[in-house]
Amino acid sequence: MRRRYAAERRFRLAGLFAVSLSALFLAFLLTNMAWKGLSGFTHYEAAVPIDFPRSDLVLDPAALKGPDASEIIAGADVEGALSKAASAAFGPGAEEMFGAAAERSLGRQLIRDPELLSRRAVLWLPVGSKIDVAAKQGSDAAAESLVQQLQSKNALRRTVNTDFLTESDATDPSAVGIWGALKGTFLTIMVTMALAFPIGVLAAVYLEEFARRNRWTDAIEVSINNLAAVPSIIFGLLGLAVFLNFMHLPRSAPLVGGLTLALMTMPVIVIASRNAIMSVPPSIRDAALGVGASKMQVVFHHVLPLALPGILTGTIIGMARALGETAPLLMIGMRAFIAAPAQGITDPSSVLPVQIFLWSDEVDRGFVEKTSAAIIVLLLFMLLMNGLAIYLRNRFEQRW
Amino acid sequence: MSTNQIIGDVEPPEVQRDSAPEPQAGRTPKMRARDVSVFYSDKQALKDVSIDIHDDRVTAFIGPSGCGKSTFLRTLNRMNDTIPTARVTGHIELDGEDINSPDMDVVQLRARVGMVFQKPNPFPKSIFENVAYGPRIHGLGNTKAELEEIVEKSLKRAGLWDEVKDRLTESGISLSGGQQQRLCIARAIAVDPEVILMDETCSALDPIATAKIEELIHELRGRYAIAIVTHNMQQAARVSQRTAFFHLGEMIEYGKTSEIFTNPTQKRTQDYITGRYG
Repeated sequence: MRRRYAAERRFRLAGLFAVSLSALFLAFLLTNMAWKGLSGFTHYEAAVPIDFPRSDLVLDPAALKGPDASEIIAGADVEGALSKAASAAFGPGAEEMFGAAAERSLGRQLIRDPELLSRRAVLWLPVGSKIDVAAKQGSDAAAESLVQQLQSKNALRRTVNTDFLTESDATDPSAVGIWGALKGTFLTIMVTMALAFPIGVLAAVYLEEFARRNRWTDAIEVSINNLAAVPSIIFGLLGLAVFLNFMHLPRSAPLVGGLTLALMTMPVIVIASRNAIMSVPPSIRDAALGVGASKMQVVFHHVLPLALPGILTGTIIGMARALGETAPLLMIGMRAFIAAPAQGITDPSSVLPVQIFLWSDEVDRGFVEKTSAAIIVLLLFMLLMNGLAIYLRNRFEQRW
Repeated sequence: MSTNQIIGDVEPPEVQRDSAPEPQAGRTPKMRARDVSVFYSDKQALKDVSIDIHDDRVTAFIGPSGCGKSTFLRTLNRMNDTIPTARVTGHIELDGEDINSPDMDVVQLRARVGMVFQKPNPFPKSIFENVAYGPRIHGLGNTKAELEEIVEKSLKRAGLWDEVKDRLTESGISLSGGQQQRLCIARAIAVDPEVILMDETCSALDPIATAKIEELIHELRGRYAIAIVTHNMQQAARVSQRTAFFHLGEMIEYGKTSEIFTNPTQKRTQDYITGRYG
């Protein structure tokens, strides 16, 4: 008897140990991520005086009020004007303190207020990646001394980087954003959902409620179980072979990504849905048949609504897996550098996990915190989706 | 049709003892089963059973567990169709129509021959929806008012109306076991069936709930032909006018309840009733 109690205690301790260990890992991961990533949502801005009338910018204030203002600015030598203004204000070492983000910001400010061109103005512009990294965590001596100089002149401030959420991929880490990848992820998941959910659920209903048990259904069942365990890169190769090489669908598009992920997710949804349908008590089916419901009425009025919470849970698991999937998307060309967000599901696009993968490969130190920040966004996106699904599930459960 | 025919507890004078009774003058049986056998895969669960079920009587099927009485009951509205391995042979008629013929719509059949199961199995929906579901899928109540009327009538007939009239929107599962079973009876009679089959309807209930259901069976007797399967011999004696005794897949004896219980012709019936086995 004593030994039995001791065994029970040992088992409970082992369980507690396992749980706390995983909680510890999770906490470490999250704090580490938040620590590194949160600074990616902010950037430094420097105040730089620009004497527009004496700069090389040849711009007509009236034209900037027109519809093609951004094109006019893109044609002007904003970069040259910026580096001149910077070296004039902070010495010869500062020519390259501004990057693509500052050019973009300057262009926007000019469009908003074309009158700036007629006078000398002090503008707050995001600094280039090198200065940003130096200000945040230290870098080489030249950049750090420039940071100190800026700070002593009160010409450096830290602000929230809204561009990170509204812009897309770029070569300059100070200018990158995740909007394109976020939109691509959203479109891809929508395509996956629209295909995998109805097809998976209907397949499960047919197999569970209508199909006769014979060698064919057994074979199908085994195949589905095997498909759920196939490595995702194989699905990527399949997508490459079928959707791109055979059907000639557009490369790098959310449509193809969604189709490929749908192939990958469907088995998971079928298995979860079959389990949920199987767990609906037979007495409910009897009851409905007993009052004269047809087979289809039994399924759609009673079995499916009761199985829906379970089906949704399975779908969430499948979708979460699809959301974080990188490998199959690499195979169908979604690893391309795409600077413009997709307008539709056939436009080339990136997705968040692939974007993270690409940024983590970059040499420039400015990408490190951008990578972490993108991971945070991906996790939040997942959390949001799961939260929505749990909310939906609870709502369907409450109806009973 | 005897929906409005009120018949008291008076027994018809004829005595039926044969397993295949002669048709009686002026009274054709509601359901007539002849030589019904049921096989599960290769195993025969029911051997050549022939029984008549009459409009104004309660017919009870008694016998030890596994004797085939529930199986027989389920052939009467073809619920055995849902078991892939089950095979039914023989001839069953409802009002002279062969229920196993290809012309018979099984959905329609189950609306005419309702069923109440052993375990209360209300839908996990509101009390109202539980009763309204059948009429709705059969298009009996097209407007909300009609449906409400059907629901009220059915719940009243099932003796549940006074207990639930203030909480029709609550879940059917929130009711007690006995109430749930009466809800299932209300659900069965809401589609206006001609026959009601009850498969050990009281076996999961306490004595008070059982008494209520038995009372209900008495009240329903005038409107519907009722067949019940029961383990409880006292119950069969209390509620039925005809009793069939099943043993090992065969129907041993069928006759007036009073005679079966007081003066059975077969030794096996005698043994079962006196508690020698079963």
